[in-house]
Amino acid sequence: MSVADQAPRFASPVDQRMWSERIPAPWWIFGLILLLLPIVANNFWLFQIMGWTFILGMIGLSLMFLAGYGGMVSLLQMSIAGMAGYMVAILGPSGAANVSLGLSWWIVLPAAFLIAALFATISGALAVRTDGIYTIMITLAIAAAFFYFTRQNYSVFNGYSGFNLVLPPKFFGVNWRDPLAFYYLTLACAALCYGAVVYLARSPFGLALQGVRDNPRRMAALGFNVTAHRVAAYALASVFASTGGILLVWQNAQIAPGTIGISSAIDVLVVAVVGGMRRPLGPFIGAFIYVLLQVFSTDILGFFGFSADRFKLIIGIGFLAIVLFSPDGVLGLWDRWRAGLAARKAATTGGGA
Amino acid sequence: MDNYIKRYPLWSLIFFLLAAAFLCLVLAPWPPELVAVWGRKQIFLNALLGGITLGALYFLVAAGFTLIFGLMRVVNLAHGSLFLIGGYVGYEVATASGSWLLAFPVVFIVVGLIGLLMQFFIFSKMEGEELRQTLVSIGLSIVFADLMLWWWGGQSYSILAPQFLQGPMELPLVSNVNDATGAITWLRYPSVRVWILVAAIVIGIAMWLVLNRTALGMLIRAGVDDREMLAASGVRIHLVFLAVFGFGAGLAGIAGIIGATFQSLSPGEDTRFLLASLVVVIVGGMGSIVGAALGALIIGVAEQMGFVYAPTYSIVLTFLIMAAVLAFRPQGLLGTRR
Repeated sequence: MSVADQAPRFASPVDQRMWSERIPAPWWIFGLILLLLPIVANNFWLFQIMGWTFILGMIGLSLMFLAGYGGMVSLLQMSIAGMAGYMVAILGPSGAANVSLGLSWWIVLPAAFLIAALFATISGALAVRTDGIYTIMITLAIAAAFFYFTRQNYSVFNGYSGFNLVLPPKFFGVNWRDPLAFYYLTLACAALCYGAVVYLARSPFGLALQGVRDNPRRMAALGFNVTAHRVAAYALASVFASTGGILLVWQNAQIAPGTIGISSAIDVLVVAVVGGMRRPLGPFIGAFIYVLLQVFSTDILGFFGFSADRFKLIIGIGFLAIVLFSPDGVLGLWDRWRAGLAARKAATTGGGA
Repeated sequence: MDNYIKRYPLWSLIFFLLAAAFLCLVLAPWPPELVAVWGRKQIFLNALLGGITLGALYFLVAAGFTLIFGLMRVVNLAHGSLFLIGGYVGYEVATASGSWLLAFPVVFIVVGLIGLLMQFFIFSKMEGEELRQTLVSIGLSIVFADLMLWWWGGQSYSILAPQFLQGPMELPLVSNVNDATGAITWLRYPSVRVWILVAAIVIGIAMWLVLNRTALGMLIRAGVDDREMLAASGVRIHLVFLAVFGFGAGLAGIAGIIGATFQSLSPGEDTRFLLASLVVVIVGGMGSIVGAALGALIIGVAEQMGFVYAPTYSIVLTFLIMAAVLAFRPQGLLGTRR
């Protein structure tokens, strides 16, 4: 081993610390808690609540990536996730044996990612024909068309009933639907997606994308291909959405048009907006809140004397409150609270920062 | 028109031939060979008329949507909810009073008032923040949908058409000619649908006249073109905004009654009609009334034709039309690029 190998390879002149030192302490604690959670949490929490949070968070993350860095609020991400999930069900084994092809997982998974990416790229190319507020309308229309299509079409998408008994493959001899294994699988995928978004945001592509968001004309004048950057963002975001979609199918063991309906597409938007669309952590926080409300809505609503059916009302009012009073979500509230705290501290200590 | 023919003689000829062929298809009795390929003429005519009447309904919903968008830049995704509220309120009024016609003014006022309140208390507070307005309208649609589900439940409702509109009427269109006797069967079609089509055309023309021939219409058109300039010249633009929002909402409510008479109302119809109006204005062009009419006609006919001739792919046809328009004319068929 040579001497050069022992020096940190990517040390920059600005920051000489190791990568592990650059991550602040709260993050290490947070990560440790997530890793050790199975010691205290029961299977219901691991599989239903945390698993679902990570999945919804990943799909929300793909929307956050597009909206936060690219300025494109796309309602399409649930459809892309659904497309990947459907592909897993159609190409791989499922309960609907007359439709499913039953190929093995090493063909199915790459194909699912590819087809979902293709779907995202084509729809993205259509959506970026116009910009601004039109994006939301066009992506909503495409998402709805896909939903109605899967419901009508029986030869490929098996229509109204969809696919059931879609189980994850047993690689390394592990049953990945076992709550503990599934928890770590979703945690790993979510962490990977999160890391990828953080990395992408600082990469040349991510910076160019943020430039396109802030001033497309200027970026075009600087020689960047604005349309290509936007379409590429759709294609990249599809990877996160597809990961979430495939895990979602494995968690529920089934997929049907209801999974990708309009209300699900809007739920993804709700999750991302409630959490906050400025930072990649937002969608996961939003997803956690959403899942907690959804799972415990019976208890919460029962406490106030309503029936559990009014869950959507709670979500709608909560969403409205967030949009009206804190447009940058729960994370924005947190930031302002900390800024307020710092300001008060500065005032009491005499203004020194 | 003359200019166009002079400039593009070939295209004009093709359009003329297509129009003539279409008229032949509609007016003349079909020869047996055509029937063998396409099925009976009656099916075709029914699909065509069904599409046109559905287009009339889509027009009523989409006209308000496109007007609100064109003037205020508000993408009101709660527009479908206004449609559904109109339908439910219309059902209550019609069953309570026994008068179908009475439901129309009541619903127009009630739903128009809801629209006014939305504009006054919410949308006007965040003018210029398009994304936030859209998000708020999504939140409102979730809340409205759940409140309606709470109050009216999950079952479907439909409003009975009044006595004088029930039953079929004969249209001057040949449905079938008996080879042996030469007797002509005229097409019979539900009269309520024909009258709704007529009403939609009347409303459309009235809107066009108001927009293009009155002082208020002049203000609205000026606002669509340049809002700041109009406000700077002393017009109290917020009143114009309120009027347009209320009118658009009321129109959606009226469309709700018609939708309930045509088909039925149930939870989920709100998103269906919201999507229909989205596709209609994307195809027709945002902010254009004539564009909304054209888009509604195209989408309505495409949907019905697809439903009859390719049932499992009918939604794809609608979607392909939208995709083609976006690919070749992103601003919509009659939209103007801003």
